[in-house]
Amino acid sequence: MRHLLSAADLDRAGAVRILDIAEQMAATQHREIKKLPTLRGRTVVNLFFEDSTRTRISFEAAAKRLSADVINFSAKGSSLSKGESLKDTALTLEAMGADAVVVRHSASGAPHRLAHAGWIRGSVVNAGDGTHEHPTQALLDAYTLRRHLVGAETGQVGNPDGRDLTGRDLTGRRVAIVGDVLHSRVARSNVLLLHILGADVVLVAPPTLLPLGVESWPCRTSYALDDVLAGAEGDLDAVMMLRVQAERMNAAFFPSVREYSRRYGLDARRLARLPGHAIVMHPGPMNRGLEISADAADSPRSTIVEQVSNGVAVRMAVLYLLLSGAAEPDEQFAAAAAVTA
Amino acid sequence: MASAGIVPGRSPANPDKPGIRSSSPPGARPGDPPDGRAVLEAGDISRALTRIAHEILERNKGPQDLVLLGIPTRGVTLARRLGEQLAGIEGREIPVGSLDVTMHRDDLRRQPTRTLAPTHVPDGGIDDRVVVLVDDVLFSGRTIRAALDALTDLGRPRAVRLAVLVDRGHRDLPIRADYVGKNLPTSLAERVWVRLTEVDGVDQVLIEGGRHGGGA
Repeated sequence: MRHLLSAADLDRAGAVRILDIAEQMAATQHREIKKLPTLRGRTVVNLFFEDSTRTRISFEAAAKRLSADVINFSAKGSSLSKGESLKDTALTLEAMGADAVVVRHSASGAPHRLAHAGWIRGSVVNAGDGTHEHPTQALLDAYTLRRHLVGAETGQVGNPDGRDLTGRDLTGRRVAIVGDVLHSRVARSNVLLLHILGADVVLVAPPTLLPLGVESWPCRTSYALDDVLAGAEGDLDAVMMLRVQAERMNAAFFPSVREYSRRYGLDARRLARLPGHAIVMHPGPMNRGLEISADAADSPRSTIVEQVSNGVAVRMAVLYLLLSGAAEPDEQFAAAAAVTA
Repeated sequence: MASAGIVPGRSPANPDKPGIRSSSPPGARPGDPPDGRAVLEAGDISRALTRIAHEILERNKGPQDLVLLGIPTRGVTLARRLGEQLAGIEGREIPVGSLDVTMHRDDLRRQPTRTLAPTHVPDGGIDDRVVVLVDDVLFSGRTIRAALDALTDLGRPRAVRLAVLVDRGHRDLPIRADYVGKNLPTSLAERVWVRLTEVDGVDQVLIEGGRHGGGA
């Protein structure tokens, strides 16, 4: 693995391998000494052009637990506010010897450009680009689903060494992803990854919040949350609520907050109609009272806080796979650099 | 995991002594017999483990505070067998676990990315215990160096001992085993395969290559 730009770059074996390694990483995080020497001497740059709390902290924690040096770089307070281009920023990072660049950008495709333009030699990890993708979030969601759903089956929830989950995927699990799919990179990455892992995904949203071309995605869609919860298409194993991304909404996508909440919000009444084993997920940050009520967010079936701690283990696994192991001959970099020169 | 001999072209990063540590040739399935001559058969392995079990008890003056930690993959199998032998002699269970050393290795950047194996520390931990590390082949000593580092992260044993089925020499580091099943003088051009029933379907130690032909 050279870069992680899209969930679609992974095949089933590759995705399962990340989850398996994440299990071992998670096991080390129960120890008194959580730090491992694995990536000593490597440098990871967190390049965040967009605000983020949990993703940036999660990547920072993951890199530090593996003993990598971390440089945090956010658009505010840097020369980006003076108008420096992505290319010049990338060349600066290359000059500093970044082995991996974790990038979040408001423009879809920015990580791809960074990875393939020949500006930098290091690995690029997409930590969310515009409305495109957020692959590590999808991986941590898949990890959480596997722990709860497959783990419950083997009687091994919270199994410290994760032995019995090794090699397992999510075949036959049914997941509903509900809300602002249009603006959600999390939804897109999750649909791709969960499909690769064999799960059955249904997107639930008002027609105005489903993206153009959604019919070509490997999932089903519905406009009616209550029908899906009632099991019209089979019992659900998990429901993933998406944040209504008001900051990206430049038009009226639904008549009123109250109406959206009544038709697509997860409240105590809808929670009670889920099958007993089903879990409630949310990538955060939540709009409490809008897409999810406090009852649902704080219920014992909610994995929202656990998703955050799982994020560290999954990102440790991704950094391990990108940065340990013999360096692959970098023909792509050489070729691209030759063209640029 | 067993140390293996030199394989021309397979580990260009360290041509003098590659860190290849797989007990089967890459791509081989359990049960595929590697080419080579057998130096230990099932009976020899079983007798060696019985002797090591007795030596451990003699040196430790009994089974108190003993914890066996196997190094994946085949070290774990050997640790379990040793644990059964010790339990059979003393009539009480000896805690057996596994210790994955991958994340503490010094050769991670010289080889393709390794998959991690589980580390399982028995209940009761390793603090103030006598930990016996168990591996199949002792070669450069680098795995054991990594294991000692990994142990430090888990606790502070009173003592650490090392038991190996085969010592093939050629150490890079000042490390030696306390309990050895068989000393096997080898040349660097040879490879040593340890095959165990639980993993490979048969109990056998093979030497391949070098002056005995077969070619690596």
